[in-house]
Amino acid sequence: MTTAPEPHGVTEPHAHSHEHDEAAAASSRPKLAVWKFASCDGCQLSLLNCEDELLSIAEAVHIAYFPEATRAVVEGPYELSLVEGSITTPDDVRRIHEIRAQSGVLVTIGACATAGGIQALRNWADVDEYRSVVYAHPEYLKTLDTSTPIASHVDVDYELRGCPVDKKQLIEVLAAFLNGRKPRIATYSVCVECKLKGNVCVPVATGQPCLGPVTQAGCGALCPSYGRGCYGCFGPQDSANTESLTRQLVELGMPSDDIVRVYRTFNAGAPAFAAASDAVEVGATVRSTVDRAPEQGGVP
Amino acid sequence: MTHQLKDGGQVLNVGMLARVEGEGGMHIEIKDRQVVDVKLNIFEPPRFYEGFLRGRTYTEPPDITARICGICPVAYQSASTEAMENICGIVTTPEIQLMRRLLYCGEWIESHALHIFMLHAPDFLGYESVLEMAKTYPDVVKMALRLKKAGNDLMELVGGRAIHPVNVKVGGFYRMPTVAELEDLRPDLERGIEDALAAVELVAGFDFPEMEQDYTYVSLRHPDWYPLERGNEIVATNGVRFPVAEIPQHIEEFHVAHSNALHARFDGGTYFVGPLARYSNNFDQLSPRCQEAAVKAGLTETCRNPFKSIIVRTVELAYAFEEAVRIIDLWRDGHAPSVPIAPRAGEGVGASEAPRGTIWHRYCIDADGVIEDAQIVPPTSQNQASIEADLRLAAQQWVDLDDHMLTHRCEEAIRNYDPCISCATHFLDLRVKRS
Repeated sequence: MTTAPEPHGVTEPHAHSHEHDEAAAASSRPKLAVWKFASCDGCQLSLLNCEDELLSIAEAVHIAYFPEATRAVVEGPYELSLVEGSITTPDDVRRIHEIRAQSGVLVTIGACATAGGIQALRNWADVDEYRSVVYAHPEYLKTLDTSTPIASHVDVDYELRGCPVDKKQLIEVLAAFLNGRKPRIATYSVCVECKLKGNVCVPVATGQPCLGPVTQAGCGALCPSYGRGCYGCFGPQDSANTESLTRQLVELGMPSDDIVRVYRTFNAGAPAFAAASDAVEVGATVRSTVDRAPEQGGVP
Repeated sequence: MTHQLKDGGQVLNVGMLARVEGEGGMHIEIKDRQVVDVKLNIFEPPRFYEGFLRGRTYTEPPDITARICGICPVAYQSASTEAMENICGIVTTPEIQLMRRLLYCGEWIESHALHIFMLHAPDFLGYESVLEMAKTYPDVVKMALRLKKAGNDLMELVGGRAIHPVNVKVGGFYRMPTVAELEDLRPDLERGIEDALAAVELVAGFDFPEMEQDYTYVSLRHPDWYPLERGNEIVATNGVRFPVAEIPQHIEEFHVAHSNALHARFDGGTYFVGPLARYSNNFDQLSPRCQEAAVKAGLTETCRNPFKSIIVRTVELAYAFEEAVRIIDLWRDGHAPSVPIAPRAGEGVGASEAPRGTIWHRYCIDADGVIEDAQIVPPTSQNQASIEADLRLAAQQWVDLDDHMLTHRCEEAIRNYDPCISCATHFLDLRVKRS
């Protein structure tokens, strides 16, 4: 008789670690672990996409656990953990606590880990219905009704936004960690980056909706540079004025349903965007109720 | 980890497969030197894309479905835009198609270089990771990083971003890159052709186990080009061929209790998508230079040894660099970035060749363009059964190796496929009880 395989190598690393003669050199470097929950792998891929810096990074930190890149597994504790993905299964809840317990500094990377990702759309939906849409045997699925950010479950030392994260910001976070300082990451809006780049304002010039005024900088104002409005993949900036933006979107002639969808994408679960979409949805419901009121004999 | 069973059997479990995209494990059960059970164990949590695409508008899938996978977002963008354009009855311009192909070349270069050198080559050279490999083979690793970067640079220019490109829309692009911008990339892309052809020779020198299976290879086919961003029909080595629109009539997904993932059947049977299938079905469409490189590397027009997929991938890497340069040669400024599109009710299919195999999307939209139904079938889901068949053969072939070496061989057999487990639309979190 055997048991089901233990899927997540938190406590039982499966591969043989190849420390040997490197042990001494490795021990002087902080150990880095990269973990994944529900996500697309894009944020950890950002680390491998640092082609010019990768070998230097590997010299500065000891990559101790990073299954996408190496079979080698070095046991914790880890001085730095990078966590990608959101919490969507009962097992995830257990695993993130184990990871927190063996991590010195825990940094969440990307929209899934910091806001629940696009899969947080389930937070507004009937997950049983989703199950039956996608799977012939939904009873086999073990999944939560919600997709939540890592910080909803454990203390997080730093959150790096983006869908995906920006690799320059990722390197800045690593550099800050290695030097024992705070990462220098912009908290202003995409509009600032857009102005610095000299872009023409997309909504003003073309009437396209743009979430730039409420979205945290970090991408380099990518979408406006390509002639489209920002779609908010870095999530809300601090104290985002979504009320004002919603008014602008209404003035641009956007129907309520479209406004709700604009806020509900990759950072749908971020409180500011969730609240903004809810406000529009509630407003729309009220309006349509009022519209129908005469036929229904009046609504209090 | 190995467990001895009470009845003398033995179970080999790998909890976390390394150097694959996403999270999965494997389970192999051996009794009296016979492999009696093999499972690719996928515990990537479901993300329900097909569920929440319903109720979104027809313009949203390129941005939303890109998020299924950070490694092959363009594959999702291409299949979804094509499906929507088919439904709405519009044909884009040749220039838009050319630019889509160029963007796709960037993804092939980035993804193939990642898989060949960072995920796969360490197996053949006996390392745990590319970073360890770098100590002995610094020049190879530097070349690998250079090749990968050239792919990412191309995606960044054409797509706006290497991961989840922002410049793709139903009907075309938001902005076309200029000749001057593309010319900046030319030196790296031209060098990439030479590097990749040298890499074909390098990987051809690896030690390949003898293992062949009589796969049914399924891929796209295009009358004029090696299939990348699109094809006009699906072809299979069993002689079946049909237009892309008919894919749902031939490929059926099914959900079985003993497996962790949706499997798929092609006309009722197991099939194989990916570089080996593309290559074997479209060898004649490769450039003469790539054909020559393949033959010099010891390949024939069909390759049935899954371990040699690394050679085929490297030939395709060289081809993608060649294509990129060819398209830049053809490019002129002033083309419209997109064509106007308006929704109309209907159902349609779009398919493209993700680096790891054919991907297809099917959507139903209403007259306002609201999505009523979505089906997304990624390559790894389709290859589940082939991967398990290879795993079974590999485990049996090397059953006398010690556990460590056997595990290694079986992991390699899985990595041959470059499985993208994060393309998790269809994967389940299910523990299998075994005895």
